[in-house]
Amino acid sequence: MSNEGQTPDLTGDRGFRTVRESTYRYALAGCAVLSVLTTVSIIAVLVLDAADFFSVVPIAEFLTATEFSASEPTTFGVLPLALGTMLITIGAAVIALPVGLLTAIYLSEYATERTRSVLKPMLEVLAGVPTVVYGYFAIVYITPALNVVIGWLNGALGLGFPNLGLFNGLSASLVVGIMIIPMVSSISEDAMSSVPDSLRQAGYGLGATKFNVSLRIVVPAAISGIASSFILAISRAIGETMAVVLAAGSQPPDIPAVQSAFGIPYVAPGDLIGLYTESSATMTVAMINIASGDISGGSTAYKSLFAIGLTLFVITLAMNVVSDVVASRYREEYE
Amino acid sequence: MTTEDMATETEAQHDEAEEESLISTDPGKGGLDENAERGGVTSGKTVIRSRDLDVFYGETQALQHIDLEIPENQVTAMIGPSGCGKSTFLRCINRMNDLIDIARVEGELTFKGKNVYDDDVDPVALRRRIGMVFQHPNPFPKSIYDNVAYGLRTQDKTENMDEVIEESLKKAALWDEVKDRLDESALDLSGGQQQRLCIARAIAVDPEVVLMDEPASALDPIATSQIEDLIEELSEEYTVVIVTHNMQQAARISDKTAVFLTGGELVEFDDTDKIFENPESQRVEDYITGKFG
Repeated sequence: MSNEGQTPDLTGDRGFRTVRESTYRYALAGCAVLSVLTTVSIIAVLVLDAADFFSVVPIAEFLTATEFSASEPTTFGVLPLALGTMLITIGAAVIALPVGLLTAIYLSEYATERTRSVLKPMLEVLAGVPTVVYGYFAIVYITPALNVVIGWLNGALGLGFPNLGLFNGLSASLVVGIMIIPMVSSISEDAMSSVPDSLRQAGYGLGATKFNVSLRIVVPAAISGIASSFILAISRAIGETMAVVLAAGSQPPDIPAVQSAFGIPYVAPGDLIGLYTESSATMTVAMINIASGDISGGSTAYKSLFAIGLTLFVITLAMNVVSDVVASRYREEYE
Repeated sequence: MTTEDMATETEAQHDEAEEESLISTDPGKGGLDENAERGGVTSGKTVIRSRDLDVFYGETQALQHIDLEIPENQVTAMIGPSGCGKSTFLRCINRMNDLIDIARVEGELTFKGKNVYDDDVDPVALRRRIGMVFQHPNPFPKSIYDNVAYGLRTQDKTENMDEVIEESLKKAALWDEVKDRLDESALDLSGGQQQRLCIARAIAVDPEVVLMDEPASALDPIATSQIEDLIEELSEEYTVVIVTHNMQQAARISDKTAVFLTGGELVEFDDTDKIFENPESQRVEDYITGKFG
């Protein structure tokens, strides 16, 4: 003690700093709590109002009735809306998943640094286009263009494809698909870029070609990120509203006739594909229609909004859970 | 060791005769392999020869005028301090440097008489005959079985695949440890096991040369000694070129040693015994006795 001399003054402006630090702390925590509170309240409102709705319309009826009409005489079957959502989502996925994945492979494995630095931002601009623009684009350009193609195919090959209606599921699927390509390609590309180079080297060292290394080494190693990108993109397609309401119209698709062969019920594939030529309102589109129609606040039609909303919420939540499970199951596999 | 005559007189004729097509995508085994004296240090045939080889990374010269002749069915070690270019040389042999955009190779590097940098050489075909094992074990995130099967499938050698895989794992001294869990992930193996798996994977496709880039540097001493034993056995069947910064390792397992020193210069290349007991160059002696590096 004696030979250490005078102790240094290390107190600084401690009092003031403590106050300042705790102010930051509470302000930041407040922001975090705000979003949690919002989420919880939304879920609470959804569940409470949906419960109100289900006290009038039984859940079984909601889930099995084959028609949806919010105006008198009302029927509240979610099936046609779910079918509409399914049609658009599957159509979009068929376009976006392969194109997005192949784009990601190109960007991650083939493109030079320079090409990638140009292409990636351009793709991300696609994601920034307002969805209403996509819808407008579909109805004004894509549907007429598709009709020209169908007319040409019918003429040249003697086929009998029906023409598309003004509102149709096909052009809606196309634009939603294009809309979600950047999501697939961007997240998948990130996943593939983080596959260690040593795995690629191992492949090349064994005399593999670039394509083989990309497809058999990089893609499997990045599969968790790729699967997440697929699921996120599909969730986005399920929830998409503006583009769909413009392109696919507000009439839910007709539930196709269920046929039966050897006691097994099925729907003819032609009937399902035929649905793409007609209006194909989805769950979100139906909600817009109800909300923008002249219905009174406490009516069953109004409450059905929340029942559909809750259904949608459950579906997207399930998708997110699946995505998390997939991601964690394969995470760090190559580390 | 009776290697005085190697690498001097006989290769010229051999080289011409042995020049084989590296252009085909599915090269067969060399036609003259049967004539080779397998398994002994007396076999004096040169498999890989570099003449006046320069390598540049951008503006930096990584290797300067390398002249080297690597004999068949022996272990040739490349030693030297970090950054001396020994790994660069190794990666020239199977053209892995092609994967680095800024790398540029000048001069000649022949594999059985064929310059691997000729325009008509397909690096994929070349790498199918010259296998490689890397510094850090890099098994694919697949099952043990699929790791070894990958190269076979890639090269369309799927005939009797189960037997080939078993044989390769046996040669890599790994079979007994993994035979009951071939379908488990290769990543569950220890580092040493992973590296032996990588060796099994490399030899499964039956290459003629196995390049090893510090294969034991990431391993503990026991795993290292297993790998070393394995390398000595492999040299009965394969030409092994190994880069190491561990001089004792080079002295233990190699027949020939090349000493690279800073600046990408090959200072001395001779029988391992000679290099370690009586090197010609003072710099090599200083390096080997630990005065620098």
